[in-house]
Amino acid sequence: MDQKNIRNFAIIAHIDHGKSTLADRLIQRCGGLEEREMKQQVLDSMDIERERGITIKAQTVRLEYKSKSGEMYQLNLMDTPGHVDFAYEVSRSLASCEGSLLVVDATQGVEAQTLANVYQAIDNNHEIITVINKIDLPAADIERVSQQVEDVIGLDASEAVPVSAKSGIGIDDLLEAVVARLPAPKGDPNAPLKALLVDSWYDSYLGVVILVRVIDGEIKKGQKIKFMNAKAVRDVERVGMFTPKPVLIDRLGPGEMGFITAAVKDISDTQVGDTITTEKHGADTTLPGFKPSIPMVFCSLFPVDNGEFDKLRDSLGKLALNDASLHYEPESSQALGLGFRCGFLGLLHMEIIQERLTREFDLDLIPTAPSVVYKIHMTNGDVIDLYNPVDLPDVVKIKMIEEPMIKATILVPDEYLGGLLQLCQERRGTQIDLTYAGNRAMLVYRLPLNEVVFDFYDRLKSISRGYASFDYQLDGYVENDLVRMDILVNNEPVDALSMIVHRSQAEYRGRGMCERLKDLIPRQLFKIAIQAAIGGKIIARESLSAMRKDVTAKCYGGDISRKRKLLDKQKEGKKKMRQYGSVEIPQSAFIAALKMGDDKK
Amino acid sequence: MSNDIPLALYFHWPYCLSKCPYCDFNSHVAASVDHERWRKAYRAEIETLHHQFPDRVISSVFFGGGTPSLMEAHTIAQITGDIARLWGLGDDVEVTLEANPTSTEAAKFADFKAAGINRVSIGVQALNDPDLKALGRHHSAAEALEAVAIARRLFERFSFDLIYTRSGHTLKAWEAELRAALPHADGGHMSLYQLTIEAGTQFQTLYDSGRLTIPEDDLAAQFYDLTAAVMEDAGMPAYEISNYAKAGQESRHNLAYWTYADYAGIGPGAHGRLTFYGGPNAQDAQAAAAHTRIATRAHKAPDIWLKTILDVPQGSTAGAPASAPYSAFQNPEILTPLMQFEEMMMMGLRLRRGVDLDAVHARTGIDPKDHLNHAAIAALCADGYITQNGTIIALTAKGMPVLNAVLRAILL
Repeated sequence: MDQKNIRNFAIIAHIDHGKSTLADRLIQRCGGLEEREMKQQVLDSMDIERERGITIKAQTVRLEYKSKSGEMYQLNLMDTPGHVDFAYEVSRSLASCEGSLLVVDATQGVEAQTLANVYQAIDNNHEIITVINKIDLPAADIERVSQQVEDVIGLDASEAVPVSAKSGIGIDDLLEAVVARLPAPKGDPNAPLKALLVDSWYDSYLGVVILVRVIDGEIKKGQKIKFMNAKAVRDVERVGMFTPKPVLIDRLGPGEMGFITAAVKDISDTQVGDTITTEKHGADTTLPGFKPSIPMVFCSLFPVDNGEFDKLRDSLGKLALNDASLHYEPESSQALGLGFRCGFLGLLHMEIIQERLTREFDLDLIPTAPSVVYKIHMTNGDVIDLYNPVDLPDVVKIKMIEEPMIKATILVPDEYLGGLLQLCQERRGTQIDLTYAGNRAMLVYRLPLNEVVFDFYDRLKSISRGYASFDYQLDGYVENDLVRMDILVNNEPVDALSMIVHRSQAEYRGRGMCERLKDLIPRQLFKIAIQAAIGGKIIARESLSAMRKDVTAKCYGGDISRKRKLLDKQKEGKKKMRQYGSVEIPQSAFIAALKMGDDKK
Repeated sequence: MSNDIPLALYFHWPYCLSKCPYCDFNSHVAASVDHERWRKAYRAEIETLHHQFPDRVISSVFFGGGTPSLMEAHTIAQITGDIARLWGLGDDVEVTLEANPTSTEAAKFADFKAAGINRVSIGVQALNDPDLKALGRHHSAAEALEAVAIARRLFERFSFDLIYTRSGHTLKAWEAELRAALPHADGGHMSLYQLTIEAGTQFQTLYDSGRLTIPEDDLAAQFYDLTAAVMEDAGMPAYEISNYAKAGQESRHNLAYWTYADYAGIGPGAHGRLTFYGGPNAQDAQAAAAHTRIATRAHKAPDIWLKTILDVPQGSTAGAPASAPYSAFQNPEILTPLMQFEEMMMMGLRLRRGVDLDAVHARTGIDPKDHLNHAAIAALCADGYITQNGTIIALTAKGMPVLNAVLRAILL
């Protein structure tokens, strides 16, 4: 189709503000699916996506729209991942479009997450149409929300389109606005092929499916193509589009979106943001903005049942087929056995992977406390990335340690501001900005990522009774007085419980962990010392006195079988115990210690 | 073949007037009991058991329950008579009856003596009336002490039970109670139990919902230590974890359990440990290993138990082959040598005298060298929980209350 009749756009919205419902309505209006085929939120194909109302993979839908003027248009709707962990994926999705619909809930207003994505859209030179959704709800306040869009984001809201995606109000007006206000793509049909790799996933029937946006030239079946950053060459096997059902076509021209398959076996060859060109007479330069994905948050996953290690490896392998940003390496822990050290884009990504392993692969897992990547500057000039606190080199060889920082944006009703300021201070934050929009405050803080990976979000939600919204972006590395705190049980370090903390917080956190362990470790026939230590220095200690009585009062002839079975059960339980010197600690104690978060008791 | 090998006999009478809220034994409350039917069943069981083990020497007889003092003396007389007729029953063989100390039951003690009982074990439980009521008992403290006095007059040997760490119990109150009870024991035998919340009892429901609290953990350990000290002082030291006696007054029947001797259980839910000897003698470990030792348990429900025994076509037991089973053989569990080893260690360590590893080896065929954690034994000796004297391992006073942890540590 002629590029002047193509419109490519993304939808930007906060969770629950109605992005998917709006997409569904647009698809329905353009006849993409029969009524009976519409399940709610067509685009979010994974159960987790549908349940949590978040999108993990980018998706596109091509719609045929006949405008009021009678002209046919090809509308390519891009559904982007909606969370900060996938900020890079979002940026590439946005880069494949010329415009965006900013969806704001008329009853809620602008949220932090929306902000970050709108700024990304603006960075991508998008034309933005503000859509005010849920206008049919009694609590809708279109005027206040429009004002907020102007105050907080700085967009002209005078031409905002009021809609109700749920009941279909204003959908025609919105489609007309898309055609009239969003720019058409301006690719060169005669230039060498240049296509942006937007996303990719593994489909059991099609193999690796690659979502592309053609910028210049065209992509067609049988072509030999090159992934410029991955330096891989493949034959195009199929070209297609989603309506949202996959439909095979011959070619994708400039300005168009669709998918290809190209006999790719390994998803790591298809990196988000890569440029696809032809192998011969291809483009000289890649599209701007490519970044290999870098995991920011790490945690170790151990199977509760050590016999499930192989199953865990296979399951991670299957997930990685679909998720190039998931990193994992085998790890062995004295406390928890064999498992994997896993790297994630962020907290949500970590949570999703853990949940999918549990739910789809039926694994019972022990996750260790999440941690970040530290940069260790050695006295000899080397710089080491530290992924696991256990691997920290000898402190005398360390010159300094840097930790990753984030810039956090928090929007919160002002009555909860005090509590949030305190939380940010406790977490070693530095205030950058504090502004008001109506009765809401917008806080910008620079915080160590390490302080955020540990239950920050839960605390934020509880302090604000769920009203605060939070978003962050990475903001470089900073040197800090960081130390490794070890937990010792009768002088034996428990590897799974070691953590990197700021020196000023070591005592507080060490004491918390010791107190918790004291309650969790069963008493034994001798006194047990539970200590937190930095290097050789003990900073907190608890002692668990010896057990004094555990015998059963009566035991006669009838009780023997029962007692023996009990003993056998205990022996079975002993297999799940870990030996620390002479101390036996049940695995369940570690699980509980790791689960309880940091500040809660 | 198995000439002169001792066998202890346990008879279970499952009925009680009411169920005590702490008791998890196999006891039932019935509107009426057909005593004649029970006599028939007991007789049939004794006969089939004798058929299987004709050459044993009966070492002790015990009537437990339930409340066996509710049995008709006539029933007991029939049982002791049958035993005497089939195997022989010497005057010196301990024949114990568990009894509740209500005045009605105490009034039957003389009849029981005439029926062959020579020792009673009385469930006094507490020496104050409000606590007795809380424990669901139907007797007063005074009534109980009167029953003890009757037993003392009639029987050369007797015992009574007390339960401590009751709800609201203090160390001071327990010490006074125990000292008040001592003169009534007359330097004989006492069983002193810590109240245990057993699964499926009324106390468990109360306990789980927080409506019942009892002294636990370190405080319970103090109760235990206090009890041990008072009893030691009184010349009735602990010979087992919860049993205290003057030398020679120990319960011979219960010692059969703790020393892992053979015993047969007759009556609903009764357990047994029985050895079928494989060789002409069992002098060495190899021969012992060739024997088959089984665990038996009769059906728990009284009516079903009775039916199983009595509703057998006439004549099916008479003239049956030597392997004809008695009712408890219906679902026997064959104990492997290792299971026997564990059971023998587990039971034997309850005794102050401990276990002789050589005897364990000979009895089970399992070499303790290979199946005990000797490093743990050394550590526990050093920490004062156990002692090892030659081949004998025994718990110390400090080790007794933590037997479970000791077993976990030393059994591989």
